[in-house]
Amino acid sequence: MRRENVKNSPTNYGFIPYLCSLKKLQSMSRVITLREALGEAMSEEMRRDETVFLMGEEVAEYNGAYKVSKGMLDEFGPKRVIDTPIAELGFAGIGVGAAMNGLRPIVEFMTWNFAVLAFDQIVNNAAKTLTQSGGQFMCPIVFRGPSGAAGQLAQQHSQTFESWMANVPGLKVISCIDPADAKGLLKAAIRDNDPVCVMESEIMYGLKGEVPDGDYVVPIGKAAIRREGTDVTIVAYNKMMEVAKEAAIELEKQGISAEVIDLRTIRPLDHKTLVASLKKTNRMVVVDESWPFAGVSAEIAYEMQRYAFDYLDAPVVRVNAADTSLGYAPTFVEEYMPNPAKVIRAVKEVMYQKA
Amino acid sequence: MSEVASPPKSKKSIVKYDKTTYLTWFETMYRVRRFEEKTLFAYSQQKIRGFCHVYIGQEAIAGALATGIRPEDKVVTAYRQHGVALARGMDSNSCMAELYGKSTGCVKGKGGSMHFFSAAHNYFGGNGIVGAQIPIGTGIGFAEKYKGTDNFCVTMFGDGAARQGALHEAFNMAMTWKLPVLYICENNKYAMGTAVTRTSNVVDMVKLGLSYDMPSEQVDGMSVEAVHEAFLRAAKHIRAGHGPYYLEIQTYRYRGHSVSDPAKYRSKEELEEYKEQDPVFVTQNKIISENIASQEEIDAIIARIDAEVDEAMDFAEQSPYPLGSELYDDNYVQQDYPYITD
Repeated sequence: MRRENVKNSPTNYGFIPYLCSLKKLQSMSRVITLREALGEAMSEEMRRDETVFLMGEEVAEYNGAYKVSKGMLDEFGPKRVIDTPIAELGFAGIGVGAAMNGLRPIVEFMTWNFAVLAFDQIVNNAAKTLTQSGGQFMCPIVFRGPSGAAGQLAQQHSQTFESWMANVPGLKVISCIDPADAKGLLKAAIRDNDPVCVMESEIMYGLKGEVPDGDYVVPIGKAAIRREGTDVTIVAYNKMMEVAKEAAIELEKQGISAEVIDLRTIRPLDHKTLVASLKKTNRMVVVDESWPFAGVSAEIAYEMQRYAFDYLDAPVVRVNAADTSLGYAPTFVEEYMPNPAKVIRAVKEVMYQKA
Repeated sequence: MSEVASPPKSKKSIVKYDKTTYLTWFETMYRVRRFEEKTLFAYSQQKIRGFCHVYIGQEAIAGALATGIRPEDKVVTAYRQHGVALARGMDSNSCMAELYGKSTGCVKGKGGSMHFFSAAHNYFGGNGIVGAQIPIGTGIGFAEKYKGTDNFCVTMFGDGAARQGALHEAFNMAMTWKLPVLYICENNKYAMGTAVTRTSNVVDMVKLGLSYDMPSEQVDGMSVEAVHEAFLRAAKHIRAGHGPYYLEIQTYRYRGHSVSDPAKYRSKEELEEYKEQDPVFVTQNKIISENIASQEEIDAIIARIDAEVDEAMDFAEQSPYPLGSELYDDNYVQQDYPYITD
């Protein structure tokens, strides 16, 4: 999309109207799954903007490999809900070209593991189109799909990509499983004029949550405090939120008050919310399914020592996936994945308590 | 069914087009030639840095681009792209200033030799990753079809890029969805220093279109008339909504792959053979010998272009570099993006 056209474009959003009061809207809400919430986000945006379309493997006639796009072909037809061949590099590149030329593509990857084939287009083109062209061509595209391990799927189907994508200037990265927020964030991503990578979760598509009725967006780049606490801050995102919440409930029984923060957006990282929480609790544990080396947790630990060094009563401790590829056997999954017990152990460590 | 045409026989003695067309070809090709010669000179003086790939020898394609498609059509190509940008009508000043890395360059010093862009000229850029522009051009064409225009996207790549998987993925989707894309393989016989014959079992790149039933032609890329005519045939097919079209244009670069390549992998005789068919001089000679225009008119064009390119070098020389802080411009459309700066 040409940037000079933006001013007059109906899809231009100089601001994203923030959902000021989610609670107020919840008086008119429904309990739906993450899968349904994401589908609603896409359908609503396609109704309001003709330039939005969805392409990917199995998105149309099969109704989506994980049924996120269920019913969309029926409503929007094959021009706007497009089944692609198994050619991630090719259709990601077609998305980039279409975005440069005035459309707003949503490119679905069956999982982010397969998006690796398309990294050239995401990293070398989508992320760089605006700067390479001296600001003349925007690339308003959404790349979305599940990220992270989903049980005994072994090495190639179990990886997280938040750290990879968040390393690249030019991209924004969202990773959130809360149905209401995931819907609002995906809508914001579709309206955003920059390329956005949206990380979902195979095993969380069935997660139910209260989702407000009506049109709303959740701003990219803002973390959410899911649970207030005073003794320790637990930071997580995507399905690690479930691990963090479970750990917090158990810790409460043991007399430890944990504040739980959902990052929601990985890039740009909302370090202000983290710093403010750390100044209150003085201790932090990061629960992060990405590998430890140069990952999201490493970035957070850096930010905390840089901006809240004097408030730290203990080093930031992280709970990551193991620094290995994931093996198939259930014992390997148990060893590899963060879980509440590991998080509780980490919390005890930063509180200098015996596990 | 698809067809593979042989290179048309030389019809140099026939004057098929009007004077304006011949002079447009000559002017476009001569501008590219002169611009590139001066580019090499400036590079030798270290005014231009980085990777730099010149178009000398391949000008017939630039000439045909100036006449064979509409301004509303889109063009995307690889990194040997100065000539393509000039053929789209981008001015010498902003192109030369970009090579010098100056703030007055067509992308404000952000791109250099490999990345010119101009939204005003529907020029979607020089791409630095071999073959990556093939799906991108396909997507640009996809958007034209989606919007319901009869424009198409000229998607150019070299013989090296033709061996990337991206080509096959894009060809397949373009044919399946009947997208308005004109694919052009500029076969200059060498992928960097490696001859096509050493890396490809199929040497006729035109055949790559056949497994997708894509209409495909082999074109004499040293003849601007032949390339122009192929563009017209392709344009007619694509604008009628029949889907993509593929041209393998057989051309030759006189220089190495980049300015740092002495091109020792090929013979002097081979180079001389192509220089005898030089598109700039063949066209110039035809214009004179067939009385299409006078020697004075040709001389006037040459003098004007020479002055234009000299002025472009002065312009580039005198323009300021961008401020270092402009590095943070245009990474995101979002104006208040919170960059990490510590």
